[in-house]
Amino acid sequence: MFLGIDYNTLWFLVFGAVITGYAILDGFDLGAGALHLFLKKEKSRRIALNAIGPVWDGNEVWLVIAGGALFAGFPVAYAAVFSAFYLPAMIFLIGLIWRAVAIEFRSKEPGPKWRLTWDIVYTFACVVVTLSLGLMLGNVALGLPLNEQKEFAGGMGTFFNPFSIMVAVTTLALFMTHGAIYLAMKTEDRLYTRLTILAKNFNIFFLVVFALTTLYTLLYIPHLSDKIRSNPAYFIFPAIMLLAIANIPRQLKKGNYGFAFISSSVTIAALLVAVAVEVFPNLLYASNNPANSITIDNAASSQKTMGTLLLIAAIGTPLVGIYTSFVFWTFKGKVKLDETSY
Amino acid sequence: MDVEVLSRIQFAFTIAFHYIYPPLSIGLGLILVIMEGLYLKTGKKIYEDMTRFWIKIFALIFGLGVATGIIMEFEFGTNWATYSKYVGDIFGSALAAEGIFAFALESGFLGILLFGWNRVSSKVHFFSTIMVFLGSMFSAVWIVVANSWQQTPAGYHIVGDGLNARAEITDFWAMVFNPSSVDRLTHVWIGAFLAGAFLVLSVNAYYILKNKHLEIARPSFKIALAVATIFSLAQLFTGHKSADGVAVNQPAKLAALEGHFDSTAAADMYLLGWVNKESQTTSGLKIPGGLSFLIHYDFKTPVTGLNAFKPEDRPSQVNAVFQFYHIMVAIGMALIALTLYASWLWKRGTLFDKKWLMTIFVWAVLLPQIANQAGWFAAEMGRQPWVVYGLLRTSDALSNAVKAEQVLISLIMFTLVYLTLLILFLYLLNKKIQHGPVMTEHHGEDDESGDSSRRQNPIMHH
Repeated sequence: MFLGIDYNTLWFLVFGAVITGYAILDGFDLGAGALHLFLKKEKSRRIALNAIGPVWDGNEVWLVIAGGALFAGFPVAYAAVFSAFYLPAMIFLIGLIWRAVAIEFRSKEPGPKWRLTWDIVYTFACVVVTLSLGLMLGNVALGLPLNEQKEFAGGMGTFFNPFSIMVAVTTLALFMTHGAIYLAMKTEDRLYTRLTILAKNFNIFFLVVFALTTLYTLLYIPHLSDKIRSNPAYFIFPAIMLLAIANIPRQLKKGNYGFAFISSSVTIAALLVAVAVEVFPNLLYASNNPANSITIDNAASSQKTMGTLLLIAAIGTPLVGIYTSFVFWTFKGKVKLDETSY
Repeated sequence: MDVEVLSRIQFAFTIAFHYIYPPLSIGLGLILVIMEGLYLKTGKKIYEDMTRFWIKIFALIFGLGVATGIIMEFEFGTNWATYSKYVGDIFGSALAAEGIFAFALESGFLGILLFGWNRVSSKVHFFSTIMVFLGSMFSAVWIVVANSWQQTPAGYHIVGDGLNARAEITDFWAMVFNPSSVDRLTHVWIGAFLAGAFLVLSVNAYYILKNKHLEIARPSFKIALAVATIFSLAQLFTGHKSADGVAVNQPAKLAALEGHFDSTAAADMYLLGWVNKESQTTSGLKIPGGLSFLIHYDFKTPVTGLNAFKPEDRPSQVNAVFQFYHIMVAIGMALIALTLYASWLWKRGTLFDKKWLMTIFVWAVLLPQIANQAGWFAAEMGRQPWVVYGLLRTSDALSNAVKAEQVLISLIMFTLVYLTLLILFLYLLNKKIQHGPVMTEHHGEDDESGDSSRRQNPIMHH
């Protein structure tokens, strides 16, 4: 127990915070990648790449930390989730490989064909990564069939349900909006104008798919909003989410890209919090038999280890915060290309 | 093939391919710290030029390390779910610590190392280089701790039984400093320093042979040679300490390393040989009683042989373990001889006179790579049939939800992707080497050369 909250719940919060951090930070990298081909000129593409150049790798580390946090704190969930999502997870990981090498390799040859090839690989990889992330998130929210050993008892077909596919598309739309806003903050002149238009269009795309997904959820999977409906206090989460979403076009219109970026970040966080509220205390709901569900208690490591992990997080998080801020501060402002750029 | 064989092949393949890059990053990190440190200390442009050149190569290597490393974090869960549940309490903690203490440090400052040259002061840049290097060293700490716990478990107890059994930490520091951690960590670090140093030696030996970039190639070669000489020798000690540890903690592995079967007899040490598992004999060129001497300082003392273990508790690929181990040792010896000889020539002032020696150095880049791989294969195959020594068998560690076809599909994907990556990596590495370091003009110390030299300094490639 710490501050009246038990270790398992605390670690659930830590894990949730790390995932949220990952989604906000790598979300703009992936979004910028997914819209990369919308930028036509070589120089625009270079500026867009260099806008994420110094930070994307650090952002991806949040995924590694999230993986470690799940493995260490809730090994049963880590084992069940990744063996269940075997092929989607592999596709996700291979997508991440191609994203990384496309960024690195593109600038190494001047030829337009070489560069176009890597532009296509880059965009495709970012789209695949984002969609598979969304697909996995949708399935986690929905739950999966699990046997008594808490192992996956479904097949590949299980993953491709309408809800999860809609969540995947919503994630893509949201990341693209988020990425366009980030790039708009980092650019100037005509490229900036172009990105402001893209940001507005992606935001409309997001609003449409988000509305459809919400409608579908309320109509066909009403239990996914049970908890929020049963406790009026929880209404704060959808309220914040809707305010943040509504604020994006408002800030875009005013040209306040910093505030728009904060709004899209809050939207991402609020969506994940809404999922977390509904899922808790389950980590993975067993859709065939709730008794087989993986919860924060039956999946947790020993209390001694949970204590150690919380200590590691307490020491590590401020350190990470300090140097992440330092790096972002070093590269603040509009992108300027120099001889070290991609 | 069944899930176990396929999963083992996939893990071995993905980790072996990944392990080309991190040792190079660690070793080059050390060399970059030295080069940039010399630049700061002396203010000589030549050190700036070599630092900038190796940063470009570092970026390429680091990128592939990141790309192939992220797979490893999740492959325990995808393919080894039972293992993950069994060791999560311990192994997961080490991975979580690696992420937050090592990767975050490394990747954060990498941005400044690669792109910050014109944005921060040279001292801050140097600081970032050190942080990236330290991050990669810390990363090795946690990974080796996690793997060493699999070799020599400590600081834990087993909770539950049958399908629900799992190991839990009872003493965190006993887990971290388990009996093999420190010996293996120093061995891994030094193996990485050698990998980096020999890459720098190779590239500069190539320039010297081609009579190109001599002004930079010669001092770079000397820096790397100093590193390589010191650590080739040091590796002998860490290797010996590791072998001593294996003798105490993993007798079955030690017996496999030297193909020793008979527990009542003194054990020989082979220079090269062949193990016949059926006839339980090993033949080859040997020092009789050599292993007994190495462990007990006496040629006659018997050493526990493979026969002391039930057949199902012995490594199944004894000959492979033997060969990998001997390749590693032979390369270690060769590196000592090579670097000592070159250092002697350096002292005499004739280091760069012998073309054949430079040719050897061009190709010697492969030696530490092979030794690093062979060492890990000996360590991991020698631990079999256990994934956690004495506690959990590899065959019991799989994901029950995953089917052979799925693993086959992912294995084929990895094979195709990694082959493509390797070809592209070698192509781009070669291109960078052919392009070579760029010499900035040597202005006086106090004129405003910074800006103009930067503009002409196109390590860039756009």
